[in-house]
Amino acid sequence: MSKLYSGAEIVFKCLEDQNVSHIFGYPGGAVLPIYDELKNFNSIKHILVRHEQGAGHAAEGYARSTGKPGVLLVTSGPGATNAVTALTDAYMDSVPLVCITGQVPTHLIGTDAFQECDTTGITRPCTKHNWLVKDINDLAEIMHKAFEVATTGRPGPVLVDIPKDIQFQKSKYKNYKKNKKLNGKSHDNFSQKNIDELINLISKAKKPIFYTGGGVINSGTKASELLRELVYATGFPITSTLQGLGCFPADDNQFLGMLGMHGTYEANNAMYSCDLMINVGARFDDRITGKIDEFSPKSKKVHIDIDPSSINKNVKVDLAIVGDIKSVLTTTLKTFKKSKKNFSKSNKSQISNWWEQIQKWRSKKSLDYIGSEETIKPQYAIERLYELTKDKDAYITTEVGQHQMWAAQHYKFNKPNRWMTSGGLGTMGYGLPAAVGVQIAHPKKLVIDIAGEASVLMTMQEMSTAVQYNLPIKIFILNNEYMGMVRQWQELLHDKNYSESYTAALPDFVKMAEAYGCIGIRAKTPDELDDKIIEMLNTDRPVIFDCLVDKQENCFPMIPSGKPHNQMLLGPKDQKEKKITGKGRTLV
Amino acid sequence: MANSKSAYSFAGKKQKPDTHIIVVWVDNEAGVLARVVGLFSGRGYNIESLAVAEVDQQQNISRITIVTTGTPQVVDQIKLQLKKLVPVHKVADFKREDKNVIFKEMALFKFVANNEKLNKAFEACKNFNPVILDKTNKSNVIQITALRREIDSMSKNLKKFGLVSVSRTGAVAMTRGSEIFK
Repeated sequence: MSKLYSGAEIVFKCLEDQNVSHIFGYPGGAVLPIYDELKNFNSIKHILVRHEQGAGHAAEGYARSTGKPGVLLVTSGPGATNAVTALTDAYMDSVPLVCITGQVPTHLIGTDAFQECDTTGITRPCTKHNWLVKDINDLAEIMHKAFEVATTGRPGPVLVDIPKDIQFQKSKYKNYKKNKKLNGKSHDNFSQKNIDELINLISKAKKPIFYTGGGVINSGTKASELLRELVYATGFPITSTLQGLGCFPADDNQFLGMLGMHGTYEANNAMYSCDLMINVGARFDDRITGKIDEFSPKSKKVHIDIDPSSINKNVKVDLAIVGDIKSVLTTTLKTFKKSKKNFSKSNKSQISNWWEQIQKWRSKKSLDYIGSEETIKPQYAIERLYELTKDKDAYITTEVGQHQMWAAQHYKFNKPNRWMTSGGLGTMGYGLPAAVGVQIAHPKKLVIDIAGEASVLMTMQEMSTAVQYNLPIKIFILNNEYMGMVRQWQELLHDKNYSESYTAALPDFVKMAEAYGCIGIRAKTPDELDDKIIEMLNTDRPVIFDCLVDKQENCFPMIPSGKPHNQMLLGPKDQKEKKITGKGRTLV
Repeated sequence: MANSKSAYSFAGKKQKPDTHIIVVWVDNEAGVLARVVGLFSGRGYNIESLAVAEVDQQQNISRITIVTTGTPQVVDQIKLQLKKLVPVHKVADFKREDKNVIFKEMALFKFVANNEKLNKAFEACKNFNPVILDKTNKSNVIQITALRREIDSMSKNLKKFGLVSVSRTGAVAMTRGSEIFK
């Protein structure tokens, strides 16, 4: 007779078989049997966070920087509800997470027991799928299925809810064999005809553009390599969404910068005026499209995406190619190389007018700002941070707000999986725990959370986690004492009525760092900024860097939402007195 | 604040909505109906009627029939989003006008009236396969099967014959002829 294992043991057997090396979690009554078993599985290291939301974001950071699923383990009731924000965040940004929650014993479910909540009910809309394990004999199969669902097709979070009595019960465990066949919910069903059509469009286009997104990153590093190959082979310009940054080198001449609400002038104008738009793994989000009816009115649109429900959801496209980016690009390149040798040379004249036009837009230098010698401009801080870290292969996370957009605009990413930011859900407080997860996955690498002082306070308690595990993360706070993006919108659209956007009674971040047992550094003037950044980089411990920046600075360029791409607001350098008036005011 | 200062762009041009019957084959497991219905409510889709029951005991397959209205884009989204759910096996979509599909709903009517009116009530139902399920000297219960709008108008018109209570199912659908939906 084969050996019987307890539910808690089976959980770890499954994690072992799935090659999980780290789990992020927080113990509690309904998961104690699982925590009790932890000591018997040395290959799995548990990272104790300080709040379950932190466990979720840390697992997200881990997943995004490695391409492997992140795993979190939390208790029933508040443990599960605290993880909901992180699950929703992962769902919006397609991050593979496996969340294991404890549940009250089966016989107490439905009795409003202590720390009971309807976990599968609450998380149903924010996971790809979830399971309540009611029979110990189903546990192993469900665990493995959970990993399969999280990582195949368009990745996303899943949740397995395990009642406490199931964790004690015993069952057999069959060794897991990875099923080579993809599950029925992943869709690689494009045809050669689709690819031929794409290549036909490519060869005819006079004003083409690649518009790439997080799908390229999710498809693995190989997909980024293939994308680069295709972009170079065509000679076309390329722009990227917030989530796609890094899949194409930002310092390359063909790269127009990020597009969208705070994207560059050249990227947005090129999107508006193009005659062929090739969307690779992006989803026509409203921060990208602006006013839908006037979104890129004259272009043929191609959409390559693994999720069929992304196609035609927001924008009607002319050619849909449903499949994994990597396999679509592989086939495209193969066909392209066969039929169009030396295309970029022979096609040069066909798109030369287009490039000329793009250069004109570029010469606007839409990311420029008015420098200062007295105060640190936030853009300048990011520029210096980039210059001083660009050779260090740094991993950057962010919170949400102005600092996030400045980081996206001014920090140049050349590799995929180096940029972790909450785009879809826009979760303030994401960056610090995400940095913890990234540093766990890459212990020797430089990990920086570019933060705002308001966001970072939402999950500040995770500094304690960083100190406990000697994670030398760098929290680079652009401190303007405001919820900057809120303040910016209030200035531009609500007659400078700064309702509740000033953060009064801020803590002293340097003392706070010391209280946590890490290092605090403060920079007040542009002169000392470089030295202080270097001091931060030379510190092999967690650092909170309090960078006091201009309090009034706004993030430009900007498309007031509800406007088409060719009606951007440029920065103060261009439009000293031009205020938003009339219609634009109502729309952002 | 004269104008709405919404943080989002204006809705694009509206297409014309249509009524569709969506048939979904799902694993009959706990919570599956909540997943399907939650998808509709969460994404703001409409449910006019709903019918669900297990149709294959061996493979534990349930068949859910949903009547919904939406623009072509919304109906496409409904189908694609449904197909992403893990317990969903297949999804069929029929337009209400489709001649190749049979749609039926069942209704139970309770009448309380004198004999003359009860007879008239039964007479009025006779085009819709009426079956008397219960009868006393002052009441009866009649079962009919018909289309939605027929039941709508019947339940209005029969008031005068002493209709006191109506109970009705959602629509169920099946294709005509020998074809089955794969």
